[in-house]
Amino acid sequence: MAERLRDLLSIEELTAEQIAFLLDESKPFQEFQRYPLKKLATLRGKTVGLAFFEASTRTRISFATAASRLGADTMNLQAESSSLKKGESLLDTARTLDAMKPDCIVMRHSSSGAADFVARHLEIPVINAGDGTHEHPTQALLDALTIRDRRGTMENLNITIIGDILHSRVARSNLHLLGKFGCRFTLCGPPMWLPREFECLGKHVRRSSRIEEALEGADVVIVLRVQQERLHEPALPLDEYILLYQLTPQRLKIARPDALVLHPGPMIRGLEIDPAVADGPQSCILEQVTNGLAVRMAVLFVMVATGSEAEDARGSAHAAH
Amino acid sequence: MRVVEKTQLMSATEIERTLQRLAHEIVEKSGGTANLALIGIRRRGVPLAQRIARAMHGIENLEVPVGTLDITLYRDDLSKIASQPVLHSSEIAFPMDDKDVLLVDDVLYTGRTARAAMNGLFDLGRPSRVRMVVLIDRGHRELPIEASFVGRSVQTSDREIVEVRLQETDKEERVMLVERVE
Repeated sequence: MAERLRDLLSIEELTAEQIAFLLDESKPFQEFQRYPLKKLATLRGKTVGLAFFEASTRTRISFATAASRLGADTMNLQAESSSLKKGESLLDTARTLDAMKPDCIVMRHSSSGAADFVARHLEIPVINAGDGTHEHPTQALLDALTIRDRRGTMENLNITIIGDILHSRVARSNLHLLGKFGCRFTLCGPPMWLPREFECLGKHVRRSSRIEEALEGADVVIVLRVQQERLHEPALPLDEYILLYQLTPQRLKIARPDALVLHPGPMIRGLEIDPAVADGPQSCILEQVTNGLAVRMAVLFVMVATGSEAEDARGSAHAAH
Repeated sequence: MRVVEKTQLMSATEIERTLQRLAHEIVEKSGGTANLALIGIRRRGVPLAQRIARAMHGIENLEVPVGTLDITLYRDDLSKIASQPVLHSSEIAFPMDDKDVLLVDDVLYTGRTARAAMNGLFDLGRPSRVRMVVLIDRGHRELPIEASFVGRSVQTSDREIVEVRLQETDKEERVMLVERVE
């Protein structure tokens, strides 16, 4: 039986058993998305605090819908909100939310480590929805679920990740997760986005700046968005990026014939990915979104549904931090 | 929690005969059999539902569809448990509307499992009727729930537990009365 999760801050600290448990718990929620009546009472009376200090549409909507379908209420903090602009510290904002007694907080922040920081100061569970360039655990979980469903397994596969690896929390979480299951990685992109240190993240991680070389033998291709908002000036003209790194149908043929194409979204058609690939039979992009809902329902269920009134449940939840 | 075995309530043969008798009773007391559906409540209700379906097939060549229902998401006591429950998928391959549903479980006790099961069923549609089939009714109802088809009624105390063991789930076949000891 997997050790009870207190928070979900990173994939790196999870065991393979805990990850497999979360993916298995997601399966009934995948079924659930097909029910005519998508409303449970499982988390009725519970409140999920959504603290999105960094702008997000899809992840926020996904968590909000997951909470709502489980029957929970939500508290909504959004990036544009004025208290953040007025200079309130992160801890004060978190404590303010906590004083309204949510049952957990789902947090996205532009600083790496922010979720861990808040978790150390609050008793309630904290779920990391993306912290700086560090991790995005639920994205890696939904990617793994998608791969496992389509391929039958997520073990010992060749994974190619293309894009701005340096600034990508999605890449890091995926490296940690699939690395625990024996996968081998090829990281591909312009050299300044491919730090050598990444090769320390696993036994089988290599880098390549040539997409044709990087795609050979790939079972899964994960395409990342060019994150213009992270760069102070474009380090590479977009035309050149397209020329060198866009995933086109011709380039996709270099990978295995049944290779899966994943994208964390939002995608820019015609930039990092050719529309024919995005809409083609190997693309899993829309399944990822549906699976994201199932994974987030499973995570909220696991972290919030049980234990609040159990005798031996929580106590000082974060002493281990 | 330690338990001590007290008596055997049913042997393998008795279980099988009871299931046959229940299948006959259901056919007898259903009016028509066209819209019948058996839904087994996970875990042990599932093999019981499958066996009853086979028995009904043996009676009049009836094909009654069987579904499985996991009630974890509908439990009313989740906050009181410390462990992390393992969810299983419910698999009901037929539409629920207008079905004459037979909910199957091994033991009927407080009635809370049956209530949770009905919540789950009604999320899937509107059955025309829901009746309950249980191997053992052990009394102590906490809700107004009844079983229409009962294998055996057994008087029990709160310290006792009725353990149904089936080949499919436990690799042995019998019903035991056990008692909790401090």
